[in-house]
Amino acid sequence: MKLERLRPLLGEPLSFEVPPACTCFVRGPSGAGKSLLLRAVADLDPNEGEVWLDGLRRSGMPAHRWRRMVGYLPAESYWWEDRVGDHQAHWPLSLLERLGFGAEVLDWRVSRLSTGERQRLALARLLANRPAALLLDEPVANLDSVNADRVAAIVHAYQQEHGAPTLWVSHGEGRGNASCRGTLWLQAGRAAKLETAWS
Amino acid sequence: MELIPLSPWDLALAATLVGLLAALSWLLHLGIGRRLLIAAARSGVQLTLLGLVLRVLFAQTSPPLLGLMALVMLAVAGYEVMARQQRRFRGLWGYGLGTISMFLSSFTITFLALTLVIQVHPWYRPQYLIPLLGMLLGNTMSGIAIALDNLTRTAWDQRGRIEARLVLGHSWQEAISEIRRDALRSGLIPIINAMTTAGIVSLPGMMTGQILAGSPPMEAAKYQLMILLLIAGGSGLGSLAAVWGGSRRLFDERERLRLDRVTPKRS
Repeated sequence: MKLERLRPLLGEPLSFEVPPACTCFVRGPSGAGKSLLLRAVADLDPNEGEVWLDGLRRSGMPAHRWRRMVGYLPAESYWWEDRVGDHQAHWPLSLLERLGFGAEVLDWRVSRLSTGERQRLALARLLANRPAALLLDEPVANLDSVNADRVAAIVHAYQQEHGAPTLWVSHGEGRGNASCRGTLWLQAGRAAKLETAWS
Repeated sequence: MELIPLSPWDLALAATLVGLLAALSWLLHLGIGRRLLIAAARSGVQLTLLGLVLRVLFAQTSPPLLGLMALVMLAVAGYEVMARQQRRFRGLWGYGLGTISMFLSSFTITFLALTLVIQVHPWYRPQYLIPLLGMLLGNTMSGIAIALDNLTRTAWDQRGRIEARLVLGHSWQEAISEIRRDALRSGLIPIINAMTTAGIVSLPGMMTGQILAGSPPMEAAKYQLMILLLIAGGSGLGSLAAVWGGSRRLFDERERLRLDRVTPKRS
């Protein structure tokens, strides 16, 4: 995944590349523009610049196809149907199981889910789309350590299996056992430092 | 039966009722007396002016004058639609969307009603054109105002849900579909209610007027029915156009939800 002079809302242009299956952690104080960076890559806010993924240009395809490809997981998950299962036709049951859910979760009401359950189910909902990249906004923030490890392992396995480059916004130390990792520090909308193991 | 003319004295008698109500409001500290009196005075001035204008218009059947009158009515209705939005679109859209939707629905339906249904000659005969257009505009106005208000308000409140769908690869039409449907439905509720209770609970205004003026009740009923059906068509088509245009405007060419195109809430 390559960002070419991508300029998020309220930010400065950024250019860098994340190779397949690698993770770039995005860190920085609150308000540094971490989430806005992910939103810009997913093309949710007006932004400038170009993003490439698997040799495909963002501007060369309809926005909804692009978003399905880049797999953005917002920090807070939203649900528009009453029942979990109604949100899409296909739910990979093995993935639900690895997240600690049985198939009956599809019959649950969204309103009775805890924040952590919502977050894990949002990951399942996202991965069911088979995105080619992952943009994760604090995916383990509301999880206990068991579930945080589960989620990190699932993300890692997905990256390996699909060669998905990943941007991972994180407040704490970067999680996961990614063998190929880098860190981007943001400060007031601009890249303060970029450390990567790949360049 | 002849219409009994009303003297200024008769009107003054009716006005004392409002005066009494205002006095009561002042006594009970309801704080609505001032607005009540202003509204009553406004309706007095506006209706007197309308009477004078219509007298001129009816006397000469001049198409340019009628066109001007229709445009003024449309302009005021457009402003009223905008004023009733809690969150309106920024820029020209705020005024234009409702106005164009009303123009498309009310003017077309009035024209069709005059030429095909009632078959007036010439079709712009003011005695038919102005009241018909007025009733259609007035009702379409309410429908469109409610539908648009509902659309922008719900989209604002449900931003997270809409974006959750966009993120998962839904197109903008899919992401807004339920909100659009609800907005449209809300725009049609007033006329559906009016048709449901017409003649049982309420004796509609136009029919009342015709009966007072001495028309046979059956004729008045038929006219009223026609008007209700036209209004239903007008509200429906107008709301459809407004909600369609409005929901399109909520997204840009990259299917981003653009709530920055809507103004913040007014207190």
